[in-house]
Amino acid sequence: MLKLKYLLPLLLFIVLAVFLAIGLRLNPKEIPSPLIDKPAPAFSLPVLANPEQRLGVDDMKGRVWLLNVWASWCVSCRQEHPLLLELAKRKVTTIIGLNYKDEAQDASQWLQKLGNPYDASVMDLDGRVGIDYGVYGVPETFVIDKRGVIRYKHTGPVEPGDIEQIFLPLLQQLEQEAA
Amino acid sequence: MKIVFASLLRSAWEWLLNRSAVWDSGASRNRFPRRAWEPWLILCLSLLSSPLPAVVEYHPFDDPTNEQAYQSLISELRCLVCQNQTIADSNADLAKDLRQQVYDMLKQGKSEQDVVDFMTQRYGDFVMYKPAFKFKTALLWLGPIVFLLAGIITVVIVAKTKNRSEQPILDQQKQSRLDDILNKGEED
Repeated sequence: MLKLKYLLPLLLFIVLAVFLAIGLRLNPKEIPSPLIDKPAPAFSLPVLANPEQRLGVDDMKGRVWLLNVWASWCVSCRQEHPLLLELAKRKVTTIIGLNYKDEAQDASQWLQKLGNPYDASVMDLDGRVGIDYGVYGVPETFVIDKRGVIRYKHTGPVEPGDIEQIFLPLLQQLEQEAA
Repeated sequence: MKIVFASLLRSAWEWLLNRSAVWDSGASRNRFPRRAWEPWLILCLSLLSSPLPAVVEYHPFDDPTNEQAYQSLISELRCLVCQNQTIADSNADLAKDLRQQVYDMLKQGKSEQDVVDFMTQRYGDFVMYKPAFKFKTALLWLGPIVFLLAGIITVVIVAKTKNRSEQPILDQQKQSRLDDILNKGEED
């Protein structure tokens, strides 16, 4: 019979291999946001379609809404765009776009060409609001509840299947919560 | 400003290279520079061209302690786009914005700790290269010590068991019997 002493290196190797395998499956780009379950940072920014008008977190009180960070220069935003259009068609939530460090003209053209899933987009020209939201990889999507608390953050493009598996169930749950 | 410097350096180098070409061609038999100050000039020029930081924008400070705080902060904060670089090293757009943010906050009279709090509230502990010690980061800080201790304990255990195996195979009784037999054999 083999002694435990000789099995020990093998056991250690297995433990190490399991840890490394888990490490390989983690996405280092996904940094847990400290903003989950915290009030959405306040902002009041000019609306893209009408810069005279301003829109902020306070205007959204009592509603479950998505804040989608996007830009016309952002390649991955194109990738998720059809999915956002699809979500907008279902009319289950309000989608606000945070047009991050973009030019108003480029942004408007982008929406004209590819379609506009947003109920409104606001312009964060210098990216200060982006910093307040801890934005580091556009596109990002925040789900904010009726009390104005961030409940979920999605970093990177929304992938096929995410809408059905993540967003719709969460939106439904939040919709049932009291304001 | 930097461009002016660079072109000055360049023309100085070209002039020196021309001179050394003259030495090499044997036009002058003297192997050494004709003027004693030339090597010093080379030295000074190379000191002038010492490494320039990746930071391109210029942030003027009136207060040297603030400038120090700025330098130490930007080399402590991680750029979240290129995660293995500090915001001082990175030329990502976000790093530039965060440097501006740090600068503005220090200019407004905020302390270093205020800036650290501001960043960790938004980006989490990961934004600091040396995160504060708390429950969440305990493994990160204590992990190396735990591994070191485990290693030391292993070494001690291995060393001890090795000592034990060097103990005599036979106990005293058996040993004396063996000696008796051997001695008897000799007598026969």
